[in-house]
Amino acid sequence: MRKTSLDMVYELAKRDSRVIFIGSDLGPDTLKQLKAELPGQFLMEGVSEANIVSMAAGLAMEGRIPYINTIATFLTRRCYEQIVLDLGLHKTKVRLIASGGGLVYAPLGPTHLAIDDIAILRAVPHMTILAPADAAEMRRLMLQTLDVDGPVYIRLGKGGDPIVSRDDLPCEIGKAIEMREGCDALIVTTGICLQLALDAAVELQNRCISTGVLHVHTLKPLDSSAIAASVSRVPIIVTIEEHTLMGGLGSAVAEIVAEAGFMPAKRFKRIGIPDVFPDQYGSQASLMARYDITSERLIAVVQHLHEAHE
Amino acid sequence: MTTAISLTTPDAIALDRRSKELRKMIVRAIAAGRRGHVGAAFSLVEILRALYDNILKYDPAHPRWPDRDRCILSKGHGCLALYALLADKGFFPAAELLKFCAPDGILGGHPEYGKVPGVEASTGSLGHGLSIGVGFALNARLEGQKHRVFVIVGDGECSEGSIWEAALCAAKHRLDQLTVLVDYNKQQTYGTIAEVQGVEPFADKWAAFGFVVREVNGHDVSALTAVLSEVPCEANKPTAILCHTIKGKGVSFTEGNLGWHHKSKVTQAEAESLFAALSTE
Repeated sequence: MRKTSLDMVYELAKRDSRVIFIGSDLGPDTLKQLKAELPGQFLMEGVSEANIVSMAAGLAMEGRIPYINTIATFLTRRCYEQIVLDLGLHKTKVRLIASGGGLVYAPLGPTHLAIDDIAILRAVPHMTILAPADAAEMRRLMLQTLDVDGPVYIRLGKGGDPIVSRDDLPCEIGKAIEMREGCDALIVTTGICLQLALDAAVELQNRCISTGVLHVHTLKPLDSSAIAASVSRVPIIVTIEEHTLMGGLGSAVAEIVAEAGFMPAKRFKRIGIPDVFPDQYGSQASLMARYDITSERLIAVVQHLHEAHE
Repeated sequence: MTTAISLTTPDAIALDRRSKELRKMIVRAIAAGRRGHVGAAFSLVEILRALYDNILKYDPAHPRWPDRDRCILSKGHGCLALYALLADKGFFPAAELLKFCAPDGILGGHPEYGKVPGVEASTGSLGHGLSIGVGFALNARLEGQKHRVFVIVGDGECSEGSIWEAALCAAKHRLDQLTVLVDYNKQQTYGTIAEVQGVEPFADKWAAFGFVVREVNGHDVSALTAVLSEVPCEANKPTAILCHTIKGKGVSFTEGNLGWHHKSKVTQAEAESLFAALSTE
């Protein structure tokens, strides 16, 4: 997914001279083709995220469209105020390509685990937040980032994630995608958890529980009307995300469900990372299993809520 | 590196009529808003005056004119001085000063881009403006544009790490179109810079970070103009100008007085005494 996003920066840079790539001390071969062919649109800066984000704001205020890439935690926590003020308040067209969203860097420990990025960036006015499911969707969304007003945060998965998005469905920034219809339950998901949701929905169908899947690749601006419409049609809603339960997709959906005031009340459950710093290394998959971010857990939760409903 | 001017006695400069009139504009805003960073604003007046009277290219009728020189007040709390200069130059009506911090005014306690004509960046949280200025200057260099970028930072602001990240970056990109002016009044909120967190040897620090360094009496408009006329001082190097100033300069009871760093609930009597002092001193 990272390779696709950077390939797309190269494509966009060739297409539009306003595009400029800024890396923060990345690997030696990063975008070497861009550097060779369009040196005026390639910058590799030091380990100085605060300066890079504000400098990018300055470049954007002069008409450039900077795409910054580094590790997600450094690009969010380290320079949060620069994001809030120089990107949000100034509404600058800066794009943040965040490597290792969620639990990708499991072996590297909590300093590298971007499990709160969506929550903290949701609070920034003018911010757009994207979490594609796979490289194919990354490509479709990256093409649209050129025209978005204000800053855009792009959350990258591990890479090599199975392609589960579909090119036959419309993919538009700000619009949730109904991947599957169902009348008994709805799974609302984002990022690479889409594959877990789709797997779970198939198995639930085998168990005669008709389960829809709504994929929310854009967490801000949230497609509240699509979410409200989808949740209104089913008695059971389960969210799943590779992110802390505090302030992410589950919280956002809960706000919509609570404010809609459905009668009878919906049965609602969130799956995600609890309010902890992950305490193990291992792999992305092992940490997701540790926090029950799995299709098996999804199946169990939906089935439990379904049986309680009956 | 230093000039022959006495750098240690910026208080020896007697303010001329224009400097007093600009400070009176500041006092009118303080009286209207009943608050303001008085010390920081008075410290800055001659720096901004030299820039806006003698150095910068700009068009108040077209604040976003692409060929203008950019001036960022990174120490945004000194904005009252900037507001006075911008009003004086016609970027907006001087009557706006009388709505300082009012709900229907455009002039707040820190300057906002997009709200105040002539303000190049929203500042107020310290340590942002220099990096934004690096972005401006870098774009100018990449595009072959000739305009210059001036960023005014505070001495207390130089405790922010991002200032030095920006300094490294400016030197790396050989941004000779970028000039940093440090309002070196040697005081911050709690006390003196030396007491809170010293910055000396200050000139050596900027030089070590790759800047051409000049020092000047920050209340001497002629000296400031002379130094600013030299920039870019050296091809492929950014310039740092340490402007030795007095916090609260121009009124005996505000000069060096920490109580006037930021003043809220300013009384009519206090505003009148400021005004009277500027009318006689």
